[in-house]
Amino acid sequence: MRSRKRQRLWLVSIGVLLLGGAAALALTAFEDNLVFFHSPSDLKAGKAEVGQLIRIGGLVEDGSIARQPGTAITAFRVTDGAATATVTYEGILPDLFREGQGVVVRGRLLADGAFQGVEVLAKHDENYMPPEVADALKKSGHWKMGEDAPPKGAGS
Amino acid sequence: MADATATANPSGGFWHRLANPARFQRLAGWLTPWLAAAAVGLFAAGLYFGLYASPIDYQQKDNVRIMYVHVPAAWLAMMSYSTLAIAGFVLLVWRHPLADVAGVAAAPVGAAFTFLALVTGAIWGQPTWGTWWVWDARLTSVLILFFLFLGYIALRNAFDEPERAAKAAAILGLVGAVNLPIIKFSVDWWNTLHQPASVTRLGTPAIDPAMLRPLMLMAGAYMCLFTVLVLVRMRLELTRRRIDALQSARAGAIE
Repeated sequence: MRSRKRQRLWLVSIGVLLLGGAAALALTAFEDNLVFFHSPSDLKAGKAEVGQLIRIGGLVEDGSIARQPGTAITAFRVTDGAATATVTYEGILPDLFREGQGVVVRGRLLADGAFQGVEVLAKHDENYMPPEVADALKKSGHWKMGEDAPPKGAGS
Repeated sequence: MADATATANPSGGFWHRLANPARFQRLAGWLTPWLAAAAVGLFAAGLYFGLYASPIDYQQKDNVRIMYVHVPAAWLAMMSYSTLAIAGFVLLVWRHPLADVAGVAAAPVGAAFTFLALVTGAIWGQPTWGTWWVWDARLTSVLILFFLFLGYIALRNAFDEPERAAKAAAILGLVGAVNLPIIKFSVDWWNTLHQPASVTRLGTPAIDPAMLRPLMLMAGAYMCLFTVLVLVRMRLELTRRRIDALQSARAGAIE
């Protein structure tokens, strides 16, 4: 009785380990296809084809937002620190959209290297704090938002 | 099933004695009201601090309050599935009579927590991200978790023989556990729209203490609620099985 239990323990444990290994291998193989967005560096490195619908993510570069008066067209640059992509987008932007904010833009790479946005999503970071704390951090110069969290995959 | 109750295992101790349904019923019956009271108290405190007596977030404003409902629901969803996986392992290896009962009891509770996490996440995502849903690695893996719960429930009910049903469900519970590390680390392994962990990360939490307090109160409340629901459902399941056994015994006697 005891030995049969031990045998089952080994069988089930080995089964779980093999399954975990198989899942890990599969996920590693699919790595590039599981990312939700690419970085501007990927774009620069030629990972996307012209006209292909992809997502790029990064921070909205400071001072790059230009709204065309009389239309809903906004132009801005998305940066991951190593490369930037120029994006034009027509439509309503999310509330959190502003300079220094992480965004994910779905759209197409145009022949001239610009990026035509179809959908703009704001990315929220993992920091939660009251406005007073944020103000105090900004005042004391400890504010690290934006430079603290470059999108993953940046430069790689 | 009977072998676990009949022969005493010197190393089994506590778990072995729990295999006696009457003993488990007594222990669970004693624990339930205490845990229920703790859940009520923690929910009252957590909701008070979470929805009223806590600061707004510097960029999400009042939307941050959704976190106090969403994050513990997601944690408990994962804990519920861990329960299924552990129950499955215990059933397959030791044939503990309570393992299947625990799995049957925890699965719908886990499905409900997962559903709550998905819905509150969508409600938060719409104003924050600008979309209800995206197919990023985190959201997709949690949706798969929801389907795993449903699959477990369906599979458990798909057989006429309870022993075979218990075994099949246990294997699914164990296999599906592969999804748990994927959910947890999806935000670190891949680019996702969902932000990385704020609380369960190395170093200090990236969340202000005034916001961490209601979050932890709510997490405690969810944990107590989960335990109460599972214990009550386990007792119900054991009682139901006993009634079934008595009825079939009587039917046999009449014939």
